[in-house]
Amino acid sequence: MNFKKDFPIFEKNPDLVYLDSASTSQKPKQVINSITAFYENENANIHRGVYDLSEEASRKYKESREIIAKFINAKPEEIIFTRNTTESINFLSYTLKNLISKANSGKIFINSSSGKSQIQEKNEIVLTEMEHHSNLIPWQQFAKKNDFKLKFIPITKNYELDYKKAKEIINKKTAILAFSHVSNVFGTENDAKKLINLAKNNGALTIVDAAQSAPHIKINVKKIDCDFLAFSGHKMFGPTGIGVLYGKQELLENLPPFLFGGGMINSVSYEDAGWAEIPEKFEAGTPNIEGAIALGEAIKYFEKISFENIKEHEKKIFGYALEKLKTLKNIIIYNPGINKSFSVISFNIKGVHPHDVASILNEYHIAIRAGHHCCMPLMKKLGISGTCRASFSIYNTKEDVDKLVLGLKKVQEIFK
Amino acid sequence: MSLEIYKEHLLDLYKNPHNKGILENFTHEFSKNNPLCGDEIKIQLTIKNNKIIDVKFEGVGCVISMASTSMLTDKIKDMEVESAKKLTKENILEMIHIPISSVRLKCALLSLDTLNGALKNVRN
Repeated sequence: MNFKKDFPIFEKNPDLVYLDSASTSQKPKQVINSITAFYENENANIHRGVYDLSEEASRKYKESREIIAKFINAKPEEIIFTRNTTESINFLSYTLKNLISKANSGKIFINSSSGKSQIQEKNEIVLTEMEHHSNLIPWQQFAKKNDFKLKFIPITKNYELDYKKAKEIINKKTAILAFSHVSNVFGTENDAKKLINLAKNNGALTIVDAAQSAPHIKINVKKIDCDFLAFSGHKMFGPTGIGVLYGKQELLENLPPFLFGGGMINSVSYEDAGWAEIPEKFEAGTPNIEGAIALGEAIKYFEKISFENIKEHEKKIFGYALEKLKTLKNIIIYNPGINKSFSVISFNIKGVHPHDVASILNEYHIAIRAGHHCCMPLMKKLGISGTCRASFSIYNTKEDVDKLVLGLKKVQEIFK
Repeated sequence: MSLEIYKEHLLDLYKNPHNKGILENFTHEFSKNNPLCGDEIKIQLTIKNNKIIDVKFEGVGCVISMASTSMLTDKIKDMEVESAKKLTKENILEMIHIPISSVRLKCALLSLDTLNGALKNVRN
């Protein structure tokens, strides 16, 4: 199937080999058109206007929330619009302490979504060694502020999580488990169900960073039973500046607002204010209206082409790329294999700095990522300063992979 | 930027950098990293009578950062501290003598930033 034709950027840049979709995806014309259409036909602020135009804008914004909710099998009020995954996780790092309140004894009381309230010394946050900075730094700050400890589930030699160790690390002391569903460096799909079960059994709150999984895997929040889940619109054919935080209704209802201002109130006096119901409680100020609507369009596009087709196409290209790259001499590939990962291949060409690889490939209109991929501690653990990363989406073709391989041979020639 | 950055002389410096290693009797040292790629460079100086009499550097990096550090350390050897302190971005770009994109400018200037860090603590 030719999906490239749906993405106008390839018309304007016919030579472009875009292999940086894990960073941000290209946008289909439906999404681009929806932004123009909104500004040309429906632009007005939402919620408060009683005129037709505002009602239409409000309706579309609401409709988009419903589309997204259905997409991940949640309720519309469980969908909070944010700027991106980073903001979604920061929101939690600022507010979650309210669900983990300290009792007088110095012990910590946690209201887990399972309904079981437990009194435990709960002062540990469990992350993995493969977290993006966006799911690491907010928790470092949380830990410093609240005197919590950070624990990390280690990675194995095969670039997967060590689940045996996870069983020890996630215990009664765990207050929060936050992990990336799919690694942005290795492409490894982590076993969300298994990790969440471990956390639930220990009464911990669970947060899934779905930034890299949402564009490739059908997310079902009921099935994986996480408490919170975050993703970005721009990695899944939507525009930048719109992201999502999903949270279980009863938990969101118990969280305080993160931002204060217009649109998030029920009533206000000069002295005090009462909050709106969820999700409005968490959406202060005029939101990214056209962004939310465009993300709804992006999801409609996903549904039109179906996850089965996406999976089949991506697996074909991804598998081909893995196979072809392996044939190169002096290449190190950081990937657990086609059945355990999604659409991301990190690699290094021996003796060549990733930036030099990327610069040379750029001469052939091939766009890859080079550097630490916002995973500095992971790079240190691997004993490298960075990697080259090629990531794939539905618009990539076998021809793109062939061009990449040819480009890498050029790199090796130059550095011979 | 074009493939010009991979001209022979820059590649030579990448493969065989000048002044790489450690100084036994350094008087000043400084390390700095490039947040873009995580590369780190350490420059060690031996300063005597306000003059840089020896210099070595450690670290790994791309062609631009390695060539720039090689050339900069060559240039400052036997230079007065005051003159070394006056080196600018333009001096570095002149030495490298190839067009550099704004993103890669950080790679080129890591050497100068590191040197400035080391020289900051030199008292007259």
